[in-house]
Amino acid sequence: MTRRMTGALALAAAAAAFLPGLANAQGRDIISIVGSSTVYPFATVVAERFGRSSGFKTPKIESTGSGGGLKLFCKGVGTATPDITNASRRIKKSEFDDCQNNGVKDVVEVLIGFDGIAFANSREAPLYELSLKDIYLALAKDVPGADGKLIPNPYTTWKEVDSNLPDTRIEVLGPPPTSGTRDAFAELAMGGGAEQIPALHALSKLGADEVDAIKAAMAALGVPESLYDALAQKKGKAPKGGDIFETIAYSVREDGAYIEAGENDNLIVQKLEANPSALGIFGYSFLEENADKVQGSKIDGVAPDFDTIADGDYPVSRPLYFYIKAAHVGRIPGIQEFAEEFVSERAMGEDGYLPERGLIPLEEEALEEIQAAVKSLKPLQM
Amino acid sequence: MSNETYKNTALIQASLKKRYAREKRFQWMGRFAVFLGFLFLFILLFDIVGKGLPAFTQQYLLIDLDLSADALDVAPDADAEALSRANYAGVIKSSLRDMFPEVKSRSDKRMLYRLVSVGAEYELRDRVMADPALVGTRQSLWLLAHSEAASYLKGQVDPNSPEAERRVKDAQITWLDQLHADERTKSGFNTQFFTAGDSREPELAGIRVALYGSFLTLAVTFLLAFPIGVCAAVYLEEFAPTNRLTDLIEININNLAAVPSIVFGLLGLAVFINFFEFPRSAPLVGGIVLALMTLPTIIITSRAAIQSVSPSIREAALGVGASKLQAVFHHVLPVAMPGILTGSIIGMAQALGETAPLLMIGMVAFIMDAPAGVTDPATVLPVQVFLWADSPERGFTEKTSAAIMVLMGFLIMMNALAIYLRKRFELK
Repeated sequence: MTRRMTGALALAAAAAAFLPGLANAQGRDIISIVGSSTVYPFATVVAERFGRSSGFKTPKIESTGSGGGLKLFCKGVGTATPDITNASRRIKKSEFDDCQNNGVKDVVEVLIGFDGIAFANSREAPLYELSLKDIYLALAKDVPGADGKLIPNPYTTWKEVDSNLPDTRIEVLGPPPTSGTRDAFAELAMGGGAEQIPALHALSKLGADEVDAIKAAMAALGVPESLYDALAQKKGKAPKGGDIFETIAYSVREDGAYIEAGENDNLIVQKLEANPSALGIFGYSFLEENADKVQGSKIDGVAPDFDTIADGDYPVSRPLYFYIKAAHVGRIPGIQEFAEEFVSERAMGEDGYLPERGLIPLEEEALEEIQAAVKSLKPLQM
Repeated sequence: MSNETYKNTALIQASLKKRYAREKRFQWMGRFAVFLGFLFLFILLFDIVGKGLPAFTQQYLLIDLDLSADALDVAPDADAEALSRANYAGVIKSSLRDMFPEVKSRSDKRMLYRLVSVGAEYELRDRVMADPALVGTRQSLWLLAHSEAASYLKGQVDPNSPEAERRVKDAQITWLDQLHADERTKSGFNTQFFTAGDSREPELAGIRVALYGSFLTLAVTFLLAFPIGVCAAVYLEEFAPTNRLTDLIEININNLAAVPSIVFGLLGLAVFINFFEFPRSAPLVGGIVLALMTLPTIIITSRAAIQSVSPSIREAALGVGASKLQAVFHHVLPVAMPGILTGSIIGMAQALGETAPLLMIGMVAFIMDAPAGVTDPATVLPVQVFLWADSPERGFTEKTSAAIMVLMGFLIMMNALAIYLRKRFELK
């Protein structure tokens, strides 16, 4: 009995020592995909069909967020790094440079379609008709006061923002800063709303060389000059008026009216159901799947639906992309075939299976262009 | 004096009632606490089982299929290669159109096609490939229903609610009612839930990859954590000199047990993936990370078990001339084994429920093919729960609860094993 036990212990220890030795023995024959949680539901559908019908192994897809995905993607070339990354925004210049510096020379950009961002509430409550300006005024950290100077957001109810809106407390459940949805929400909704305020609009149009004009505009808004210096230091060069504008316009209030609800959009839907006075911000596909529970507010008079987002009438929609590491094509089997399946007519065409899942497809011509780019693996220039 | 005693007795008697009452109150409070605990557990289980049970049944539709070579778009004597690429989706679609000839408009047709699962096309392919004689015949086959159609057949959709507020449209309800009236619908046990990997179609999704992944990950964890943990405990308890260094180590082990699990994930990412270049998403790395996380638990419980072994056993062994090593391995360890095993299995059960550290090393991923070894990509049960809970499709709600039920079953099995092993070793 005792001998057996010591034997077993020794065996287990030996196995433990031996196991890690296996690790590097294998290459990789499974496509590794990382990136945006917004693209994840579409990429996984394609991966599944690809795995079932092509004879290649089903790609492995991680949902890391757009920024996290690009970071992993740009780490270098080799089986330890992902082959494809999904993004719910375009790759930034800094990320592209990072890629180049780490030897990821040829990156193929593939635009796959659009996603609307819905501002939804429970069906038990009346439908909101918001404008971008309402959204900015309700959710910005600082808004222009009576004298044109920025003051901490004073609004507590929607009625105070716009007398046509209901007299309910401002309570918005939205994504955290790590999310691509948040980036798009900040840029399109907050930025779009702030553009409608003349003083901010003027500031956003000033170029980097108009230093005095920028500083005068900042003084008129009551923004401390230290912000200019801080941005100059961060960027390493003179900031544009647009940079100052972004810092002001994209800041979301932190006094409890905007609640960061995490990356889980289903959770937001459930919370909206429980709390009819709250609004939630999430991707259009979740609105479509939960149409029995929540309704999408009209933004500038346009309701979020398939057609309005595809036409570009609905103002808060963003492009979705994936990026291919060209150096891995041919080394990991199936990458190009997967990309071709993704952009094929049966996936991305108007009657394809992706639009059925809530992806807003590209126009016919744009799609053909993308298909050609995938075939030739045209590298991205920035 | 006697007066004094009498006074005391009177005092005691007077307070007696109060003391009894206090004890009673405490007992009632205790009972209430236990009741409350059970109530919450019951509500939780009731909710999960109530939501999860429908996931274990699958709905099928009986469809008349025209499997002529023409319809399949292959030559009559087609080989396996051609058969694998035949137009099965087209056959299913045209068969549905034939069954409901009144459907004309394009959008209605699309709704009609949505009654049958996407997986039916692959299932049909596999059947035809297995028996090529089917080509050229007409067959009535039970095809898997789409999750939305299935939710109506399971009675989860209220047909009287406004059409815009539900995924199953009026037309689809009419067709499904008609199929039901013709006895062309049936439900069966969902074996696919246990044999398939993840899928984006709720009706095709299964937990096989997660089950395998959990098993492989825990195997690695156990093989690493158990021997190392027990050896460390034996050394620290029986051989290590009592000095400052030993104290420091002891304090650190206790502290490690309280470190948030995500920290171990970050460590795993930095050391095993970035430095040693182990594959991402592999049970190997997951197992190592979880082993690091479980080690302190195993060391602490093993030390407690060894400590509780009566010193007389040790002394008797040394007294009859056994060496220190013999005393420990032949006499102390066997007596301590039940406690060590219980502690280890509780540590493993804790590891089974972890997702946070696995997030960092890429095990939170969409994976369809079951892993063949510890270096293949895999996911684990709690991660599968997390992924399904995050999916937009409504059909995943019940899958999520069903996966939780399986996870709990796994946990109960592990705890039962702990009890069994303890009982077995105690008898000896």
